[in-house]
Amino acid sequence: MTLLENRSADIPAPREITTKPRFSDRVFRTIVTSVGALSVTILTLIGLFLALRGFATFREEGLGFITGFEWQQYTDDGGNRVSNLGIGAMLIGTILVSIVALVVAVPLSVFCALYLTFYAPTKIKSILVTLIDLMASFPSILFGMWGYFVLMPSAEYWAKLLNKYLAWIPVFDVKAPLFERSPFIAGLVLATMIIPIITSVSREVFSQTPLDRIQAAYALGANKWSVIKTVVLPFGANGVVGGSMLGLGRALGETVAVYTVLNIVYAPNFQVLFGAGGNVASHIISYWSDATEYETGALLGAGFVLFLMTLIVNFSADFIVNRAVTKGK
Amino acid sequence: MSTTKTQIPAPSRPWQKTPREVMPTAVILLVSLLVVAAIVEFTELKGKLAYFLLFLPIGTVAQFFWARYKYGTKAAKDVIASSIMMTGAIAVFIPVISIVLTTFVKGLPGISPSLFTNDMGEASFIDPVEMGGLLHAIVGTLFLILISVLISVPMGMLTALYLTEIRGPGSRFIQFMVQAMSGVPSVVAGLFIFSAVILTTPLDTSGFVASLALSILMIPTVTRASQEVLLLIPNDLREAGLAMGATQWRTVAMIVVPAAKSGLITASILGVARIAGETAPLIFTLGGADKLNTNPVYGIQSALPFYIWTGFRLGTPESVQRSWSGILVLLVIVLVLFTIARLVGSNSKGAK
Repeated sequence: MTLLENRSADIPAPREITTKPRFSDRVFRTIVTSVGALSVTILTLIGLFLALRGFATFREEGLGFITGFEWQQYTDDGGNRVSNLGIGAMLIGTILVSIVALVVAVPLSVFCALYLTFYAPTKIKSILVTLIDLMASFPSILFGMWGYFVLMPSAEYWAKLLNKYLAWIPVFDVKAPLFERSPFIAGLVLATMIIPIITSVSREVFSQTPLDRIQAAYALGANKWSVIKTVVLPFGANGVVGGSMLGLGRALGETVAVYTVLNIVYAPNFQVLFGAGGNVASHIISYWSDATEYETGALLGAGFVLFLMTLIVNFSADFIVNRAVTKGK
Repeated sequence: MSTTKTQIPAPSRPWQKTPREVMPTAVILLVSLLVVAAIVEFTELKGKLAYFLLFLPIGTVAQFFWARYKYGTKAAKDVIASSIMMTGAIAVFIPVISIVLTTFVKGLPGISPSLFTNDMGEASFIDPVEMGGLLHAIVGTLFLILISVLISVPMGMLTALYLTEIRGPGSRFIQFMVQAMSGVPSVVAGLFIFSAVILTTPLDTSGFVASLALSILMIPTVTRASQEVLLLIPNDLREAGLAMGATQWRTVAMIVVPAAKSGLITASILGVARIAGETAPLIFTLGGADKLNTNPVYGIQSALPFYIWTGFRLGTPESVQRSWSGILVLLVIVLVLFTIARLVGSNSKGAK
């Protein structure tokens, strides 16, 4: 009896087993989770603030803010403010420049990605991949200056050639022989900016092509091109589309490079080779410095429209890329 | 004892092309180059571009017919495809090399010791390049980088930790949001900070406010890069930590993060490289001073991209020369950061 009593004094009370996190863990989780939610907060705040500041403009201009082709405001004799602000022309310019960029960049990037994945020797490949990554981290103003001083002289010559032989297509026609600082050249500069994005996304997707499918194709007697055509491209198509959308998102919102190269004129212009145009982002900075208070609101509203556009494009890009990557597994 | 000489046959590489197989290709390319030279010489097409534009199709077509004659249509298509892809790759890399070369060639003439010791307080952009300098811009950029790092690196890494360690119910959604945030145009980030800070709070344009705008661009870059590194840490390490009785936060702080240290440094450097050259947000938030200002919280400041931007917009030979020198300094900063990131990153791979 005494023995047992002594024993029970020695045995510690059984530890409570629980899955409840300790206090320190709860603090840790709370901090990390609240910071994790930060991106959501910031995105919401961006949308809210820009929409709020642009609200006066949206109410006054209505749908004309999106579709209007004029940007003017003045005070009439009675002291009333007359305004007619619309970013329609700049939306056209944005789309025009981005299309040029995509048309140039997508094929080049896909070829380059295929070359890097299937053709390049290992040593050359690692150098080229580093160069691509480096290109992605170049500042946009560097692209702009390079485009203005180096690319423009040759691109102007190409533009003249295009115009000479393809002027019967309305897009390549020009109102006046003014080939400098055209949307075409701005598009080329944007293309060099988005090539690294599209190339690295496509390369990633191509390199995830299941090896057994590739080897099966080789075993059936295919050569490299047949393998690429029948196995790699069908597998990677979604990735290429998604990567191009990411590039498009970048091209839509690019400011400084476009402003540097393009001759910003507020007028709707569909002719890629004609030296006038603009995009929403460059429009904002070119009107920023001497904007009235109302106009500043309108420019913030334009920023809101731009934000929505890039958000939609990026969301669909993510969706497509994710589907492409998970599909192969 | 005499050792018998064993002959080790040289490793053969049956897949490598023999000189006999390479010869025709070389001859074809040479002949097509001559044809191109003749065309450029005797027709209206002139210039380097003409060489480029003519050589590609003529060389490709010549190779195509040779391959078709020798090996059949399928092989000929293969030849065409590989030559097109090679061309694509070359066309991608010409701009990179051209950009770097141009910057060095145009920027170097304006570089002098006085550039790094003077600001533009007494000089204007259109003065000869010997006057004034970009000290204020370099100092401003360093401040911008410092403050952005202080804000974005903790934020980005904690977000990455949420996505990899906690994997809460919202992590897919937050992942999606981080991706979307990395696509926010830089001009929108600037406009947002302008409307949310400058118009709303008593803070005026300053280095600190500009850093806020840059942080919006930097956080997603840091998050995505850190996340990639953290995902590479084997789960065994985490489980080992928990099995030793550590709480989750100690596991993360003492095992996961130290294991990923060099990768996390790389992630921060990549984030810095992303924002070092951003210009658009600065236009709304920085103010743009000509004098050295070492107080990032009060008063306008300058930064390298802003300096370059101002010089370019003025458009005189002197101011553009200043811009090129500024770009050269900026490019060197980006290159150094990039190299450090690479070195640190490759070390971490070697250690595993």
